[in-house]
Amino acid sequence: MSYIANISKGIKTTAKGMSLAIKYFFDARKKRKKEWLSDENYFDKAEGTFTVQYPKESIPVPDHGRYQLHNEIDDCIVCDKCAKICPVDCIDIEPVRSPEVFGQTSDGTPLRIHAAKFDIDMAKCCFCGLCTVVCPTECLTMTKDYDFSTTDILDHNFSFSKMSEKEIAEKKKEFDDFQADKERQKADLPAIGNKQSGKPVMKPTAKPVMKTGAKPVFKPKIKPANKTSGEEKSVEDIKEEAPTKKVIKPVMKTGAKPVIKPKIKPVIKSSDKEKSTENSGEDAPGKKASKPVIKPKIPKKK
Amino acid sequence: MITFLFYLAFLLLFVVVAVYVERKTAAFIQNRLGPMVVGPKGVLQTIADLLKMLQKEDIRATAVDKIPFLIAPLIVFAAVFAGYSVLPMNGEISGSEISSGLFFLLAIISLDVLGILMAGWASNNKYSLFGAMRSVAQIVSYEVPLGLSVLAVVIFAGTLDLQQMSLLQQGNGLLAWNIVQYPILIIPFVIFFICGLAESNRAPFDLPEAESELIGGYHTEYSGFRWGMFMLSEYGMMLLLSILGAILFFGGWNSPLPNLGSLGLYEMTSGPIWGTTWLLVKASLLIFVQMWVRWTLPRLRVDQLMSLSWKYLTPLSILMLFLSALWKLWVII
Repeated sequence: MSYIANISKGIKTTAKGMSLAIKYFFDARKKRKKEWLSDENYFDKAEGTFTVQYPKESIPVPDHGRYQLHNEIDDCIVCDKCAKICPVDCIDIEPVRSPEVFGQTSDGTPLRIHAAKFDIDMAKCCFCGLCTVVCPTECLTMTKDYDFSTTDILDHNFSFSKMSEKEIAEKKKEFDDFQADKERQKADLPAIGNKQSGKPVMKPTAKPVMKTGAKPVFKPKIKPANKTSGEEKSVEDIKEEAPTKKVIKPVMKTGAKPVIKPKIKPVIKSSDKEKSTENSGEDAPGKKASKPVIKPKIPKKK
Repeated sequence: MITFLFYLAFLLLFVVVAVYVERKTAAFIQNRLGPMVVGPKGVLQTIADLLKMLQKEDIRATAVDKIPFLIAPLIVFAAVFAGYSVLPMNGEISGSEISSGLFFLLAIISLDVLGILMAGWASNNKYSLFGAMRSVAQIVSYEVPLGLSVLAVVIFAGTLDLQQMSLLQQGNGLLAWNIVQYPILIIPFVIFFICGLAESNRAPFDLPEAESELIGGYHTEYSGFRWGMFMLSEYGMMLLLSILGAILFFGGWNSPLPNLGSLGLYEMTSGPIWGTTWLLVKASLLIFVQMWVRWTLPRLRVDQLMSLSWKYLTPLSILMLFLSALWKLWVII
């Protein structure tokens, strides 16, 4: 009996399959409408071809789609919050401070920092949207544009800064001069007589950051290392170590590169400084405090 | 001559169109659009593919058996194309009018097994050999029910000449067709169609090629034009068996329109050009059914393939042959 049953089953299943296939064949005259999920009877339209010929046509996306980051640089106060909260560190900001308020964002926040560089690497971005949440002026948003594929991965690094090289250099110099003036004034007032012999030109540039003694540049570098290893070591140890390093580096400084160093240092220090200024004052304690701010974030990621 | 002048040119054109139609059919059945880019609605896609294929390098692997490897595609195509030589084109023009035309056709297209086995063996590749072995087993097995189902038609027609067979179905449109005149032929036609699919190595009987398991089977090692010959042979076989099916069961080049009283529709739609058109339209419809089957049914397993042929189709076709003989004896005259 199974012989006959096999035959009838074979005929039945084949006929069913063939009729289904031809139904689909004729349904292909219809085309599914490009609709969004929220549309009514979206699921009722199961007939017809549903190929989306992508570059020519596309499925509508919601206006609140979170597909690509966009920064309205005119509204950006360069607070660096987005870069700090970013879990994948895809936002790279290089601030240049301004001596005075130079403008206003559209919501009235005063602008104090120029964005010399505001790069978002969309190749690294994980589209979590945290940066848009923390943004105080809501200049950083996610847009519904999604077609940003490129042939070169470096093109995924979106640059939002409008400043030219020349402008950046100008603004930097402006601020450096301003800081130098300020330092000079400060130095004149107390008149403690920091009679620097050979390096008066460079120190004003270095000083605004450090604001301690004659060679404060090195101390923060040495201190954290020593402190972490063991602050309560004997004073002699520190003294022994510190001078050795101090001996080497002043040699470098007074050497052949004094012209270059002032240029490099302000860049690093000004950025360091902003972090510190935002968190607390400009003093040395503030400096120490600024580092603990960064450090707790590293363990969090791990 | 007519075979070369008409059928060769038509076959080449047919392959170009059929590949496009096949892809579109597949796409529509699967809710897709198919080729859309080259030309309006993608009609030039096959031509682009063809040009690409002809430009490809003719790769010969170092381990292949040179001479069989090179002549195998020619043997396959020659065997298939030789089958066209006995096909009639219309009421006036026919191919070779040999009295054993149908027998010759079935015999000569069986030779393509030789070429397929040669290709698989000479490729010196296990997958190719598997494909070739499957193909040979399949084609030899399905020759039996194919021959028996054709024999049922021969019983009614009383001739092996395909032109004679077409002339017998002349007059009064589709009412004169074999399949309408002798409804018992419906089952032999189904058997003939299934065996035709297996003969031309098409899904659901495409185990010899089985791209998912044998990477193309016997033509794995072929490239460029030589691969194109296999492709051409497959489509040639499809067309040949569809034309043969149309001649045997659906009246050949005769118009399907019957005379309605004084309105001589049949005479109006008869003539050399009409005849050729009708034959090719009927064959094209059968080819569409072949494509429709291909995109509906999954591939059979080897044992299922064999059991279908030997356990079901062969006994059934022997039974139908017997019943046809009885019908011929007792129902007619």
